Amino acid sequence: MNILDRYHAMEYGPAPEARNEADAWLAARDFSKALFIGGDWKAASGGKTFETSEPSSGKLLAKVSDASAADIDAAVAAATKALPKWSAASGYQRAKVLYAIGRAMQRHQRLFAVLETIDNGKPIRESRDIDVPLAIRHFIHHAGWAQALDRDFPGHKGVGVVGQIIPWNFPLLMLAWKIAPALAAGCTVVLKPAEFTPLTAILFAEICERAGVPKGVVNIVQGGPEAGVAIVNHPGIQKIAFTGSSEVGKIIRKATAGSGKKLSLELGGKSAFTVFEDADLDSAVEGLVDGIWFNQGQVCCAGSRLLVQEGIADALIAKVKTRMSRLRVGSPLDKNTDIGPLVDLTQLDRVKGLVAEGARQGAVCWQPDAALPASGYYHLPTLATSVSPANILAQEEVFGPVLATMTFRNTEEAIELANNTRYGLAASVWSENVNLALHVAPQLKAGVVWVNGTNMFDAACGFGGYRESGFGREGGREGMFEYLTAKLPLGPVIKPATISAKPAEQPDGDTIDRTAKLFIGGKQVRPDGNYSLTIATAKGKLAGEVGLGSRKDIRDAVSAARACKSWPEATAYNRSQVLYYLAENLSGRAGEFAARLIELTGATPKAAREEVDQTIERLFLYAGLADKFEGRVHQPPARAVTLALHEPVGVVGIVAPDSSPLLGLISLIAPALAMGNTVVAVPSERYPLLATDLYQVIEYSDVPAGAINIVTGRTAELAGVLAKHDDVDGLWLFADADTCAKAEADSVGNLKRVWTGNGRSLDWASDEVAGDALLRRAVEVKNVWVPYGD
Amino acid sequence: MSSTIREADVGSSKVTPLPARAAANTAVPHDHRIARNPGMKLDLGFMESVRSVNRSALERRVASLTKRRSIKADNQAAWLLRAVACMDLTTLNSNDTEERVRRLCAKAINPFRRDIVEGLGISGETIRPAAVCVYHPFVATAVDAVRGTGIHVAAVSTAFPHGLAPLSTRLQEIEASVRDGADEIDVVIPRGLVFGAKWRELYNEIVSMRAACGDAHLKVILGTGDLATLRNVMLASMVAMMAGADFIKTSTGKESINATLPVGLAMVRAIRAYFEETGYLIGFKPAGGISTAKASLDWLVLMKEELGRPWLEPELFRFGASSLLTDIERQLEHHLTGHYSANHRHAMA
Repeated sequence: MNILDRYHAMEYGPAPEARNEADAWLAARDFSKALFIGGDWKAASGGKTFETSEPSSGKLLAKVSDASAADIDAAVAAATKALPKWSAASGYQRAKVLYAIGRAMQRHQRLFAVLETIDNGKPIRESRDIDVPLAIRHFIHHAGWAQALDRDFPGHKGVGVVGQIIPWNFPLLMLAWKIAPALAAGCTVVLKPAEFTPLTAILFAEICERAGVPKGVVNIVQGGPEAGVAIVNHPGIQKIAFTGSSEVGKIIRKATAGSGKKLSLELGGKSAFTVFEDADLDSAVEGLVDGIWFNQGQVCCAGSRLLVQEGIADALIAKVKTRMSRLRVGSPLDKNTDIGPLVDLTQLDRVKGLVAEGARQGAVCWQPDAALPASGYYHLPTLATSVSPANILAQEEVFGPVLATMTFRNTEEAIELANNTRYGLAASVWSENVNLALHVAPQLKAGVVWVNGTNMFDAACGFGGYRESGFGREGGREGMFEYLTAKLPLGPVIKPATISAKPAEQPDGDTIDRTAKLFIGGKQVRPDGNYSLTIATAKGKLAGEVGLGSRKDIRDAVSAARACKSWPEATAYNRSQVLYYLAENLSGRAGEFAARLIELTGATPKAAREEVDQTIERLFLYAGLADKFEGRVHQPPARAVTLALHEPVGVVGIVAPDSSPLLGLISLIAPALAMGNTVVAVPSERYPLLATDLYQVIEYSDVPAGAINIVTGRTAELAGVLAKHDDVDGLWLFADADTCAKAEADSVGNLKRVWTGNGRSLDWASDEVAGDALLRRAVEVKNVWVPYGD
Repeated sequence: MSSTIREADVGSSKVTPLPARAAANTAVPHDHRIARNPGMKLDLGFMESVRSVNRSALERRVASLTKRRSIKADNQAAWLLRAVACMDLTTLNSNDTEERVRRLCAKAINPFRRDIVEGLGISGETIRPAAVCVYHPFVATAVDAVRGTGIHVAAVSTAFPHGLAPLSTRLQEIEASVRDGADEIDVVIPRGLVFGAKWRELYNEIVSMRAACGDAHLKVILGTGDLATLRNVMLASMVAMMAGADFIKTSTGKESINATLPVGLAMVRAIRAYFEETGYLIGFKPAGGISTAKASLDWLVLMKEELGRPWLEPELFRFGASSLLTDIERQLEHHLTGHYSANHRHAMA
């Protein structure tokens, strides 16, 4: 073609990014010694390697050492050895190291970008303009957190040695999200990249060598499932951070149950991209390009479900198709490529299979006319219309360039459709009406909401899911907490409850018989099974009988808690007044509760009175904090504000300990209520009468029906039912170690947020057990991105 | 699976062809005729449907657009030649003289050094600016100077650059320029009508300007740097097209903010919406501040990505530019020699 031909054709032509530097880098390395452990490069102890290949050609790139369990042991040992010095280093010292890493990465950013594109298949534009600059930003941002630790997180210290397992879709960026906050917090790390994409992590390790990262602080172990399992199960690791599929996330949740390891999971999604009729439609179409056709759709927060208001559906779909026809599918190293190959043949087969199944189930699948390169794992951008909510394309995470479209009639239906998923990672809302957008955003069950935008990320803003998209946040202040710990003062070890065969002796005196029922949906109700549990006084006499709650009572209580909308929707001021009123009414009966404590626990009158007074004080505290534990406004480097909202977790199950039976119970219920959660509480098995005595207090105090539900009975049994209930969002559990471990394992059904004492109670009388430590567990942080400008 | 793309159908029978006009350069196929926009009634409902313009999203789109496409080597040379073919070579200075205008016309007729033309292998076709653009007093001079070349003469009229003379005066100015031989008229709108949302008045003014133009093409300058919001840009664009504009144009070059890509994006989206509604293709002319070869490529990419290939012809796309040509010449020389060039190696306008 001569220049005149080109002048007439006006095509872009090839614009390949040079790869000679990356090829030279590849050629100069011995990847059979790619384990970076304790500052040394090692071969796998078993000598095994795995292959990484180029998705655009299938060509082998390298045979990389495949870490065995023994290698993980060595890495954990190195991290453990490095921990004392690193965690004791000043914030300034750690900040200097993080800064040096960030700057060194900046100096080699094109090499990072080209390697990433070669290894992963993502277009060079994305690795060059998005992944690598954001990774650098994470290190430089977190240098600041290292130095601000004492100021911003008093009483906290690094959690210790952390094991991190990252996916192949953003290999370097996910590494940065994991390592930067860990190093800032004073942790040492053992990180396992994905088998498909080991290369940029190796370059990163080389950067660490040169940037003055002390040996053993960062250990990077290449490997597959064996290495992953060894990390998850390693007793020398105090925290696991995982990004990947929900399936593997659940396996990790189960494997770490009872281990006491801190855990954060960033899993899959089926994020809704909702377009209202007053949206800028052309911009919404570009949003979809950035949402579902970014990184070939291999993005956990991809806007894979397009929800469009009926009146504009045809117009929007027409625009989407026109835009799709201009997407360029081709070599990822070409600067004009919008869509590269998927990462691997298995992924391509999976996407094709899901599209075929979606079509079989009635979806109409459309693809633009475009030729695919002869080799490589390419998939055309695909638009599925006539997708019913039950269609596999609306339900399953495809992790490919496939957009499923549904229409809605009104705002309420849009929210309902958006939330009609087990996932809850991200959501996009398009409307020029700020009233509408900010009305919808808080109602979406998603950890990140973008208003008139999509796939915006920043190191200063938290990212993470609701529901089965996982828990924990990455980025910003909220992300730092995942690598920090504040030791709460412990209470006694909790032993499994023993069921006494011996009936309690009849009490002295002459009183009218009282029936303590369950408290569900604002009413005192009999237990479904109609059995009772005999409760003894400290002296072994009969104190009374309480209902023996069963799984069906838990079911009813959870339904009542879920149905209670007025409490989460009430203003914080309103909740505050109700909690004050509870305190006021409890105070009016302080003597009675003190007497009950003496009777049941054998406490001295002084101790009993103290516990009641402290309980009232604690209610007062949370009443006052209800409107003060507020979110933040993050400032990403863009013309946007990011509102980090504190939202209630939802329905929270609370299993209270025997120690300080009144104070312990209220210390857990009050912060949950203060933040707008509704509660299903299982009080102490030995002293439930303190809870049943509260029914009247609650009834007097304007607590809406369903906000507090109390089910008495066997702790282990009821905790198990709560753990397995898939409509319970959070579970706080103070019971024996076995019950705690079992509940953590059982929570995988919906990945509810579980907090246990691991068989220990807390020192409920301590001030450290009151305040932010509990309030933080009572909220989800939702980051709402609001770009602005007119 | 099937696919169709709605592309501009330039051969559609529902449109009436323009009177035949000689082309400035032979690169334009002679059968490539664009049906002239007859305008339509002022449709406030239609305007309402396009008023959602999200500035932040448009800024993000143009920021990534220029990174998504890269034009290298021979293609870059070809695209730069395209930029020249789509150029209104302009002089709009208060110290312009007839001699200065003649020089500009000479440059338009012979834009490239002979060795560059031969080196690029383009001597088989004539590639040069589509028009020269001057103030009214120099129209006759320019018409004389470019006679027989096919280069159009554009006059800025209607009390350029502010547009604040009485309407009758402004219309007389158009008529005078047309009488002197201008076949393209660049008019400015009074920006106050946009701020006052006086759409009917703005519409009526442009309708009478179009009538005054007769067969001459009407380019409506919005003065986007003055309009404050992209929503105003979108709405003013729609009014201009409904009133019969052949082109919509960003700026006079005299506002403090000239042609920017976000403004351009809003305007080309307006053009697309008008096309989808009426089937008529409206031209676009960014003007002011576009002085580098790199910037001209960004604009061409914007046109190709948002509107498609038909909008890369001088019938539908023009740069209003004065110093751009020299920078393109330098890049073309660099393309041939591998040496970075200097301004003084190329003949000035």
